[in-house]
Amino acid sequence: MKLNPQQVQKVAKLANIPVSEEEVEKYSDQLSKILDYIDQLNSVDTAGVEPTFNITGLSNVLRDDEVGESLSQEEALKNTSQKKEGFFVTKGVFEEG
Amino acid sequence: MKYEPVIGLEVHVELNTKSKMFCRCFADYFSKEPNTHTCPICLGLPGALPYTNKEAITKCIQIGLALNCKIVDLSRFERKNYFYPDLPKGYQISQYRWPLCVEGWLEVEDKEGNVSKIRINRVHQEEDTGKLTHSDGQTLIDFNRSGVPLVEIVTEPDFTDPSQVKDYAKKLQQIFRYLSVSNADMEKGDMRLEANVSVRPVGQKELPNYRVELKNINSFRFMTAAIEYEIKRQIEALEKGEKLTQETRGWNEDKRETYLQRSKEEAHDYRYFPEPDLPELKMKSEEERVKEEMVELPQAKMQRFVSEYGISKQNAQVLVELKEVGYYFEKAVKLGEAQQIKPQELANYIVNQKITLASQDQVLRAVEFIAAKRVGIIEDEAVIKKIVLEVIKKNPKSVEDYKRGKLNALQALIGGVMRKTQGKVNVEKVMVVLEKKLKSGDTP
Amino acid sequence: MDLTKLTLIETIKGLKERQFSEVELNRAYRERMKKLNPSLNVYLWAKENGTEGIPAAIKDIIVTKDISTTAGSKILEGFVPPYNATAVDRLLEKNISVIGKTNCDEFAMGSSGENSAYGPTKNPWDLTKVPGGSSSGSAVAVASDMCVFALGTDTGGSIRQPSSLCGVVGLKPSYGRVSRYGAIAMASSLDQIGPLTKTVADARLVLEWISGKDGYDSNCQNSEFKVQSSELKKDLKGVRVGVPREYFGKGLDEGVEKVVREAIKKLEKLGAEVVEVILPHTEYGIAVYYIVMSSEVSSNLAKFTGIRFGKTRDKFGSEAKRRIMLGTFALSTGYYDDYFAKAAKVRTLIKQDFAKAFQKCDVIVGPVSPTTAWNLGEKVNDPLKMYLSDAYTIPASLAGIPGLSVPCGFSEGLPVGLQILGKYMDEETILDVAESYEQATSWRKVKPKL
Repeated sequence: MKLNPQQVQKVAKLANIPVSEEEVEKYSDQLSKILDYIDQLNSVDTAGVEPTFNITGLSNVLRDDEVGESLSQEEALKNTSQKKEGFFVTKGVFEEG
Repeated sequence: MKYEPVIGLEVHVELNTKSKMFCRCFADYFSKEPNTHTCPICLGLPGALPYTNKEAITKCIQIGLALNCKIVDLSRFERKNYFYPDLPKGYQISQYRWPLCVEGWLEVEDKEGNVSKIRINRVHQEEDTGKLTHSDGQTLIDFNRSGVPLVEIVTEPDFTDPSQVKDYAKKLQQIFRYLSVSNADMEKGDMRLEANVSVRPVGQKELPNYRVELKNINSFRFMTAAIEYEIKRQIEALEKGEKLTQETRGWNEDKRETYLQRSKEEAHDYRYFPEPDLPELKMKSEEERVKEEMVELPQAKMQRFVSEYGISKQNAQVLVELKEVGYYFEKAVKLGEAQQIKPQELANYIVNQKITLASQDQVLRAVEFIAAKRVGIIEDEAVIKKIVLEVIKKNPKSVEDYKRGKLNALQALIGGVMRKTQGKVNVEKVMVVLEKKLKSGDTP
Repeated sequence: MDLTKLTLIETIKGLKERQFSEVELNRAYRERMKKLNPSLNVYLWAKENGTEGIPAAIKDIIVTKDISTTAGSKILEGFVPPYNATAVDRLLEKNISVIGKTNCDEFAMGSSGENSAYGPTKNPWDLTKVPGGSSSGSAVAVASDMCVFALGTDTGGSIRQPSSLCGVVGLKPSYGRVSRYGAIAMASSLDQIGPLTKTVADARLVLEWISGKDGYDSNCQNSEFKVQSSELKKDLKGVRVGVPREYFGKGLDEGVEKVVREAIKKLEKLGAEVVEVILPHTEYGIAVYYIVMSSEVSSNLAKFTGIRFGKTRDKFGSEAKRRIMLGTFALSTGYYDDYFAKAAKVRTLIKQDFAKAFQKCDVIVGPVSPTTAWNLGEKVNDPLKMYLSDAYTIPASLAGIPGLSVPCGFSEGLPVGLQILGKYMDEETILDVAESYEQATSWRKVKPKL
C-alpha cells in the first residue's frame, strides 16, 4: 500500500499534525515503505481467529461509586499560562457540540 | 408527490452518580467554581488512566432493561477520536461496535392517540466533555463536567410524526426519574436531544440518502417545532427539485427556523477502536441482579393500578406520572382500608383535586378528608370556629410553635380538631378558620 | 569502599549495618553523576542536594509529583506533574529517593535513544555507540553506576534491549503485573514499567515493591509478587529451556549468536533440559506491532494540544509524527479492518504460539537484540531498519508475557544480553533461571571503563 502526498496531507489533518511540503514528501515515502512491509500480514490466514485487544483476560473491572480527592483549581491550572478567572483559555472556536 | 418524514432520535442523559465515570471526582458540577472538580484523569493529564464506575454501568443497564433491550454478552469501551478543546484526552471513551444494550423498543402515542412501537437500536455508556464559554473571540474551558457519566439512547428511524417524538422524549424522562438514574432536567443539560430528520416519497421503502441532524435543542417544545419546520423545509426543497445533503442544523427560537451549523464536507472520521486501558465488560450475568433492584416502571405500575385497585386507566395514568404520587397513592389506599375507603374514591379525589401528593401529611389529609365526607360532617362555620378556639386554648405550645414558623404545628392543631370531631368535620374549612385565628393573633 | 559499585541488596544491607550513612551514599552518587553525566547525557533532571533515601533513577516518561517530566519531548518542556506514578509512590514508601529523571526516546519511541529531543545518551562501553532505547538513560545510569537501580518502561523491548546493549539486568514484567498509572502512555495495551538493575536479585526485589493491584490501573492483575525467602537453587535441574528456531535466523549477528549459544550451553551445564520450540508467527511480530502500537499512539498523543499543559503539536519530533500518522491512517474509515483489526487477529496467533511453546518448556531463551550497540546516527534515517532491530523483543510484548535481559558476554568488546521469556505472570521462573546463570558466570562483574 502506498500513501501519496495527498493522502498524507489528509491523514495529517485528521491527526492535527502540522506538516511542511517537504515533510509531506518525506512521510509519503517513509510511510509507504512501512505499509509495504506491514502488508505481509495479508498473507496470514486469520479466518475464525478472534482479535486480541487486551491480553489480561480480565473483565468487569469496576470500582464503587465513591468520591475521592480532586485537584485544587490552582493545581489544575498550574501547567498552563493561558488561564483566566479559573478557566483554561484557548482561541475562539465556534460552538458545534 | 406526497412525502413522509423519517425521524430517528438520539438522547443523551447524564447520570446522577456520586463520582464521575472514570475517576473519583465529585460528579455534580452544577454552578461550582470552574475547574475545582478535576483530577489527572478527567483533566487528561499525561500518565493518567480511567477506572470504571460500577454504579454508572448498573444505571446504564437499568435504562436498557427499562427500554426492553437485550444486555449483550460482550461489551467494550471504545475511543472516539476527535479534537475539540472541551475534550481533554483528544478522545471520548464511548461505545460504538460493542454497546452494553441493544435491540429494545418503547411504545409511543401520537397526538391522535395512535400507539406505535419505536425500536431502540442501542443504549450505551460514555463520558461527558468539559464546558465551553465563548467571549471576546476567546474560549473559556471548565472541566468540572468532564468525565461525568453519560448514557446515549439511539432509536431506529421509526418516528413518522413530531408528536411521537415529544411523547417518546417525555416517556424517557419519566423513566429516568422513576429509575432515579438522572434528574433529566432539559434546561440544565441533564438530558439532551438530537433528531435525525429526512423525508421520502410515501411508499418508498429505503431510507433517504441524506439526513439532517438537529442539535443543541434544549426543550421538548423547541424540538417539536424544529422537526416540524425541518419536515416542511425539506419537502419544499425536494418539490423545487433541490438535492438535500447530510448536514447539522440548530434551532433559532426568535426566527422560529432551523439554521445550518455544519455541512457534510466537515464530517468526522472518529477512528473508533477498543479502549486498551479498560478490560471488557461481560454484564449479561448481572442482568438478574439489576432487574431485581429495579423499581416498577410507570407503564407496569399503571397496569397494576388498574387491575389491583380497579381504578380507571385515565386515573391510573395521572397517578403514575410522578413516581411520588403513585407511591403515596398506595400508602393512602392502605390507610384508607381501615376506614373502608375504596381506592377508586381516593384516586378520583386526588385526580379531581389535582393533588400532587408529596408528603405523608398530604396523604393523611386526603384520607381523612374522604373519611370525613362520608359521615355527617360539620360544615357550619360557627360550630367550627368554636371547636377551633377550644383546641387553640388547649394547645398553647403548638400555637407558640406556629408563631415561630414551625409548619408541623398547624398539622398538630388540625389533628386536635379532627380528634375532637372524630374526623367528622370539613378539614378545608378548619384550615381557613385556624389560620385566620392564628394570624390575627386572636388567641388566648 | 566505592558505594556506587554496590547492588541494591548490598546497599540496603550496608545501611542497615551502618557501614555508611544515607548522606554518604547520596554524596557518592552525586559525585559520580557530576563526573559522568556531561559525557553520557543520562539525566534530564537531577536532584541537587539529596541526603536521604536510596538513590534510584526514574525514566522521564514516568510522572513524578513536583518534578519536571518531559518524556524526552519538547512538547512537555516545563511540565510539572501534580501527582506521582503508582510505581514511584510505592518506591518512596520503601525509602527510595528519586536521584534523577533519565533521558529516553521521545515518548519511548525508539530503539537507540537518539529520538530524545534532549540529545542522545551515549553507551558507556563506547561513547560513539548508541545505548539502545527507549529506556536509554535508565540503562546507562545503571551501567555507569550513576544510581543504585532504575525504572524504565518497555513497550516493544524498551527495557530489555538497552539493558542488553549496556550490560545490565532489565526486566519487563507481564502486562498487568505493575500498575501503569503515571507512565505516560505510548501504546496502552503494551506498555509496562519495570526495573533495570545491577543484579537479578535486585530486579526481583524492585518487582516486589512496585507490583500488585492498583485502583488506578484497571488492567492490573490482583496478585502479588513476593521474593521467596528460601535459598535459590544453584542448579537448573528439572527446568526445560526452549530455544526457538525463529530467533536464530537471518539478521542475527554472528558474534551475538556465538555468545548466546554459549550461554544456552551454560544453562544446560547447570542441569537445564534444552528443547527446540517453534514460534511460527514471529516474522509477523513487527508488522502487527507497528499497527497496534501506532494506532494506540495516535490516540494517546491526542491530549498534547498545548491548552492544559505543554506546548503545541508542532513540537513533536519526527518519529512521533510518523507514528501518529501511521496510526491515524490504520484506524481511519476504510482501513480499520485491513489494518487494525487484522493486526489484532495476528496478535492472537502470536500469543497462541507462546502458549503452545510453553507446553514444551518452562522458559524460552534467545538473543535480545540481533546486534550489539551500533554507531550513533547509523539508522536514524531509515525508520524501518530501526524497527527491525526489535524483532526478538516485540513478540513477547504482544503476548503480554514477562521477559528479561541478563548479561551473557561480549562481542567485540560490547555487551550481549540473554533474553529469558516466561509464562504469563510467571516472573518467578525467569528470575530463577537468570539468577542461577548470573551466579554461575561473572559477566556482571565486568564494568565499562569510564
